[in-house]
Amino acid sequence: MLSILFYLFATVAIFSAFYVTKARSPVNSALCLVTTFICFAVFYIMLDAPFMAAIQIMVYAGAIMVLIVFVIMLLNLGTVAKKRYTHGLAWGGALSILMLLVTNFFIRRSIPTGTVGDVTTQTIHNYGHTELIGRALFTDFLLPFEIASILLLVAIIGAVILSKREV
Amino acid sequence: MITVYHYMILSAIIFSIGTFGVLTRKNAIVIFMCIELMLNAVNLTFIALSRHLQNMDGQIFVFFVMTVAAAEAAVGLALIIAFYRNRESIDTDDFNMLKW
Repeated sequence: MLSILFYLFATVAIFSAFYVTKARSPVNSALCLVTTFICFAVFYIMLDAPFMAAIQIMVYAGAIMVLIVFVIMLLNLGTVAKKRYTHGLAWGGALSILMLLVTNFFIRRSIPTGTVGDVTTQTIHNYGHTELIGRALFTDFLLPFEIASILLLVAIIGAVILSKREV
Repeated sequence: MITVYHYMILSAIIFSIGTFGVLTRKNAIVIFMCIELMLNAVNLTFIALSRHLQNMDGQIFVFFVMTVAAAEAAVGLALIIAFYRNRESIDTDDFNMLKW
C-alpha cells in the first residue's frame, strides 16, 4: 500500500518537475512546481515528519510560490516562442543525465551509515514531531537559529532597498 | 518496502531535472524555480537520511535550508524586478552589463 503510494507520488513529482523545465509559460511552470512541492510534502509525511510537511506547504507552496506568481504577473511575461534546436539544450541534457548516472552509481554502491540517534518511530509518536524539532532547535541549534533570524532581517532590508525606484 | 535508497534515487532524479532546467532555460524566473526544485531535492535527502539514522539533525538542516530559500526568493525576485526596470527583459542573454 505504502509502496503504491510512493510510486504514484514519485511519478507525479518527476513528471511535474520535468514540466517545470519545459513549460512555455512561466505560470504553467509555477503551477507544476506547486504540484511537485505537494508531492514532497506527502513524502515528508511518509517519512514521519509531519511538521516538515506543514512547513513545506506553508513556506514553499504558500509564501515563496505566491511571491513568484506575483512577480510573473507583475512583469506580464508571455509565452516564449518555440526555439529551434540549440547546442545548449544538448549540453544541458547530457550533463544532467551524466550527473544522474553518477549519483545513481554512488547511491547504489554505498551504504548510508553514521551515528545512529535515539529518535525512533515510538519516540516520535510519544512526544510529537513538533516538540522534538523545537527541543533540538532551541537547545543544540540556538545560535544558527538566531543567525537565521538576522539573515531574514537582512533579506527584508535588501528586498526593500532593491525594489525602490531610485537605488 | 520503501527504503532510504528509493528516496535518494528519487531525489537524485529531481535534482538532475532541476540542473537540466537551470542549464537550458533562458527565462530568469524559470531558472529561479528550477533552483527551488534542486533545493527541495536536497531537503528530501536530508529528511530521508535523518529518518534512516534516527537522528533529528537533518530535519533542522531542512529548516535552515527553507529559511535561506525564503531569503533568496525575496532578494532574487527584487533583483529580477530591478533588472526588468532597466532592460525591459528578464532573458538571461541580456544579463551582460558587467561584460566588456
